[in-house]
Amino acid sequence: MDTEARKVVEMGWGGNERLVMNMGPQHPSAHGVFRAILTLEGETVVAVDAVIGYLHRCHEKLGETLTYVQYPTIASKTDYVAAMTSELAYVLAVEHLGKFEVPKRAQYLRVIAAELQRIASHCLWLGTWCLDIGGALGGGATIFLYAIREREDVLDLFEALTGARLLYGFHQVGGTRYDVPAGWDKQVRETIDRIERRLDEYEAMLEDNAFFLVRTQGVGVISPELAQEVGISGPLIRGSGIDFDLRRWAPYSSYEDFDFRVPVETAGDCYARYRVRMVEFRESITIVRQALDGLPEGPISSRPGVKSVGQVRVPKGEGYARVEGARGEVGCCIVADGSPKPYRMKWRGASFSNLAILPHILPGCKIADVVAIMGSIDPVFGEVDR
Amino acid sequence: MTLPPLAQAAIAAFIVLNAVILMVAYVTLLERKFAARMQSRIGPYYVGWPHGWLQPIADALKLMLKEDVVPAAADRWVYNLAPIAFLVPCVLIFATIPFAPGLGVADLNIGILFFLAVSALEIVGLFMGGWGSNNKYALISAMRAVNQIISYDLPFIFTALVPVVLAGSMQLSEIVSAQTGLFGWFVFRAWGLGVLALLAYLVATIAAENRVPFDILEAESELVAGFRVEYSGMKFALIQLGEYAHILGTSFLGALLFLGGWLGPGPAWLGPIWFLLKAIFVFLLITWVRWSFVRIRVDQILAISWKLLLPLSIVLLMAAAFAVAWSGGARV
Repeated sequence: MDTEARKVVEMGWGGNERLVMNMGPQHPSAHGVFRAILTLEGETVVAVDAVIGYLHRCHEKLGETLTYVQYPTIASKTDYVAAMTSELAYVLAVEHLGKFEVPKRAQYLRVIAAELQRIASHCLWLGTWCLDIGGALGGGATIFLYAIREREDVLDLFEALTGARLLYGFHQVGGTRYDVPAGWDKQVRETIDRIERRLDEYEAMLEDNAFFLVRTQGVGVISPELAQEVGISGPLIRGSGIDFDLRRWAPYSSYEDFDFRVPVETAGDCYARYRVRMVEFRESITIVRQALDGLPEGPISSRPGVKSVGQVRVPKGEGYARVEGARGEVGCCIVADGSPKPYRMKWRGASFSNLAILPHILPGCKIADVVAIMGSIDPVFGEVDR
Repeated sequence: MTLPPLAQAAIAAFIVLNAVILMVAYVTLLERKFAARMQSRIGPYYVGWPHGWLQPIADALKLMLKEDVVPAAADRWVYNLAPIAFLVPCVLIFATIPFAPGLGVADLNIGILFFLAVSALEIVGLFMGGWGSNNKYALISAMRAVNQIISYDLPFIFTALVPVVLAGSMQLSEIVSAQTGLFGWFVFRAWGLGVLALLAYLVATIAAENRVPFDILEAESELVAGFRVEYSGMKFALIQLGEYAHILGTSFLGALLFLGGWLGPGPAWLGPIWFLLKAIFVFLLITWVRWSFVRIRVDQILAISWKLLLPLSIVLLMAAAFAVAWSGGARV
């Protein structure tokens, strides 16, 4: 916050020139159904009241009524932009509780799926964020359509793998549900090569653009202390200079086998978060390549195929598993009572925690920065409201 | 039989007005196709063979058939008058543009002054729309409009005056006839001053027209649609028509001031076609910028105008004046 903005904010709530403006839930930049009640002093945001809950679907209650075989397909509906990772969090929690073995091939397939999903999710983030700062009738739309083109290529890969393009049901307790089809790995390599080439084009288009730089640099700065206090994760916390990536610090699903970098930027502004994600694109591509090269032979699941929905039972207990989703730490906590269904389940949505940063960084910004910051946080409201 | 001058002017105005409306319709199609090419899309395709050439007609029909919604809390008089107050100056600027020697509504001896004065009036309609809608988004947009258009009309006027100084006349046909000869267009003349003036003119035009990257009035990711958020149907169509007419008008003016208007190789009757092609070239430059940049913030827009563009345009104008004075009135 610069000194002038601080002066405006510190004038307090009393001014009669204040304008209370409702941004959302029906708003082009609401990223679904977010509602921010902004108090404005001219163009400057003085206070923000964030309202969530418009997409609440009783997801956790639903989890208690579905069996361990049924739920993974529903789990993808929490974070529908990166469905693979939320499925993975659920099955990891069940496997942890029931002490199921997962074959090496299945672990590698999970890594490939998760990293391709990260690429697809970051494509959507890049496109929508540029729409937010650039406008649907301008350069932002150009980047959006380019990014969506890449996302479509990745979704084609998922379609070949699972038959679905958005909500997959790829993971199941004990392994994966599908093996790779013939020729799939070649298709994957071609696609990620193409995406890697095009990333250079996007970086050239955005980073050589003075207008993009002035809109992102120094905007929405999150200090490392604030980041840890609020509990944000994923690209946000790495953009604030804290080296925290679950794939590195708490490896799951054989992530320790792969050689990759965890990008960290120290500036903490929108541009730093953008840089972190652009490097993550490339790191995901190298992980996918390594996993395809080292993909072991063998079974894809330690459990036989599905015969009945109540087939999987786990002993009494409590388990928590967490994965590094595209937006941060996605966690799933399950309390089992020995039946085919969990007694209680709880999601830790990365977007939910990340969104909590907004009231800390929005006051003092201009209206245009509100949408730029919102976009750089990359919330998915399926995961916020569940 | 010769018609009285008033009837002649009326007929000319009728023809120009309809030509402008038709051109606006097809310029939108051109822009959509151009943007689609930039974004690896096809653009309008299905309405009319080939390549959706009936799309503008279909859009206009759709807008005419839509329900006319007036918000309950709107200031009805202001709200209903705003599209007209916005449209009139936007098409009035075509009154002084000569499309060929002697072909135009009125070739005033202060043509450029008339153009700049009338073009600055569009802010009245914008502000009426933003105020009368009684919507917070529209109000903020109207506030931004006043800020931005006042800031950018000054550099716009100063850069448009550079050719006036070089040509020594405010009559648009005189300005064109001062640009005859090989590399006689003002963009090539006056030791690079012309190119700089054209670039500054383009930036000021984009800002005065509220196009990306300066479209903070419309700013659909922040203010939904800005001052026209409450307009629908025919009123929306009028605002859209006015906006594109204004862009087209300034493109014509740019072609006239810097690119030699109707001058070009070939017989004289090709003049209007050269002029149209040059105007479309200027229009496509604006469109190209529009579809490649992201929007900048309101305070940054004002900083660019007052700290960079306005001093630059004043310096350009003074340099042009010095160049003319130094050469003793000879061609520079």
